[in-house]
Amino acid sequence: MTQNMEEYKGVFIFAQQVDNKLDNIAFELIGKAKELAADLQTEVAAVLLGSGVKDLCDELAAYGADKVILVDDPELKEYRTEPYAHALASVIGEFKPEIMLVGATAIGRDLGPRVSARVHTGLTADCTKLEIGDFPLNPMPGKEQKHNQLLMTRPAFGGNTIATIACPDFRPQMATVRPGVMQKQDKVEGAKANVVEFNPGFTPNDKYVEILEIVKNAKTTADIMDAKILVSGGRGVGSAENFKLLDDLAAVLGGTVSCSRAVVDAGWKAKDLQVGQTGKTVRPNLYFAIGISGAIQHLAGMEESDIIIAINKDENAPIFDVADYGIVGDLNKIVPALTEKLKAELA
Amino acid sequence: MKIVVCIKQVPDTKGGVQFNPDGTLNRAAMLSIMNPDDKAGLEAALELKDQYGAEVTVVTMGLPKADEVLREALAMGADHGILVTDRVLGGADTWATSQTIAGALRNLEYDLIITGRQAIDGDTAQVGPQISEHLGIPVISYAQKIVGIEDGYITVERQFDDRYHVLKAKMPCLITALAELDTPRYMTPGGIFDAYDADITVWGRNDLKDVDDSNLGLKGSPTQIAKASDKVRKGAGEKVTLDTAESVDYIMDKLKEKHVI
Repeated sequence: MTQNMEEYKGVFIFAQQVDNKLDNIAFELIGKAKELAADLQTEVAAVLLGSGVKDLCDELAAYGADKVILVDDPELKEYRTEPYAHALASVIGEFKPEIMLVGATAIGRDLGPRVSARVHTGLTADCTKLEIGDFPLNPMPGKEQKHNQLLMTRPAFGGNTIATIACPDFRPQMATVRPGVMQKQDKVEGAKANVVEFNPGFTPNDKYVEILEIVKNAKTTADIMDAKILVSGGRGVGSAENFKLLDDLAAVLGGTVSCSRAVVDAGWKAKDLQVGQTGKTVRPNLYFAIGISGAIQHLAGMEESDIIIAINKDENAPIFDVADYGIVGDLNKIVPALTEKLKAELA
Repeated sequence: MKIVVCIKQVPDTKGGVQFNPDGTLNRAAMLSIMNPDDKAGLEAALELKDQYGAEVTVVTMGLPKADEVLREALAMGADHGILVTDRVLGGADTWATSQTIAGALRNLEYDLIITGRQAIDGDTAQVGPQISEHLGIPVISYAQKIVGIEDGYITVERQFDDRYHVLKAKMPCLITALAELDTPRYMTPGGIFDAYDADITVWGRNDLKDVDDSNLGLKGSPTQIAKASDKVRKGAGEKVTLDTAESVDYIMDKLKEKHVI
């Protein structure tokens, strides 16, 4: 397959919406796309797919999208792989972006690979850093060094290795981007979107799955990715009831309770409170790791926190390798005593 | 019913993670295991076999030693094992890997293909959906439960962040399994003996159907690595062992020092 690489222009982002509400990742992607577009002297387009979503376009403009490409069709009401993949692949075919960014959400990690396979390009998963640069990074004899390439950096191996990846010979350069990592721009109130409507047509076939039912889990608390202080518990907390100790500490600090995977697996807390590789990536100002041993999959989701305080009875727990302040001791005694002391102090 | 399960041999990161003195991962000291999501997918296939009757074939791509995970799968109850291995397939990214596996699967009959959601070494979650795209069949990723199979359709619960969808797809289709999908069964002693002697089918490049060389191996990979390094962690801070009251005072001091309170 030969592509005319020169035809591909612009930085596009997939503006994820669920229930006709834009996800934060859309704004984060626009924020990063603006920086990339400035380096490339091109523009940022948000690709919005859905049904009855036209009134979301201005919000995308308010966060910096120069253009919104809108595919509005009843087939796109709920997320389903095939109609969404068809829509996004068709937008790529029609508008030819040089970069296509998608959030590394449950939707984006399903949609991204399907689309990249359809348009025959590379896809780098779960990127935490994106920049424009040369590939190879340094000139190599016998190999053309290409400029203005998207360099995509991602952790692998549960966060233990870091790789920077390029896609020099195919367009668009595609990446899924981990939520919570890129910074969104300040919102410009009253911005009006430059909307380009496009509809590739939808013909349901065997690849269209049928949605029989949508079951929403009860939303337990605020999003842990927005919290400035997280009080996070692991298997060492011992029981669902004992999380009361953490609830109390979080309440006095104005923080939010989160947890490790073991806690979710044990059924003590809901999945949306899980920090780590298969949960959420958080970077609060303060992260309490209480009774968390610190499997690398957990560390990958929290080690960028500004201050990490760990309490664990096992002095060899790996969590102490990343903690700024580690206390070897019994959480059942220390946590309630700390809560009382804070209450007195802050009263 | 014919079910194909795609599995991968990966280094074990759970429990026995080993670090070098500089804080990087010591891969040589770690064991190889069947990728956990894949193993859950295999268990789901074996339960479908128990429930509906099915022939379960496991396929892996890798080095010759990857036949270990195929034998483990056979010992758990899979019927056939196929190892896809060839020097020219090495260095593949997810595009070239999915092309390779799709090329192998075109030789097989299947009603259902199951892959793990993602492997713990790469964490991309791309290969399953990409295989389905190459084969032109529906995909249901992030499957947390198989509800049932009826009249050529499979019903699956597909997980999202705050919800799940109950989806009905026409077979053949591909589903990617979460580790939560099923708790894998143990190998049986008899199964282990049989698996040790079982014939593993080995396929190379020439056994792949309808795949162009330009889509295989390092040369067929659109993504290329510019730089790779083991991540050096920021390193441990202080660690203290104090009595309860002293521990509390210690934390209070640090919270004040950092202007948290």
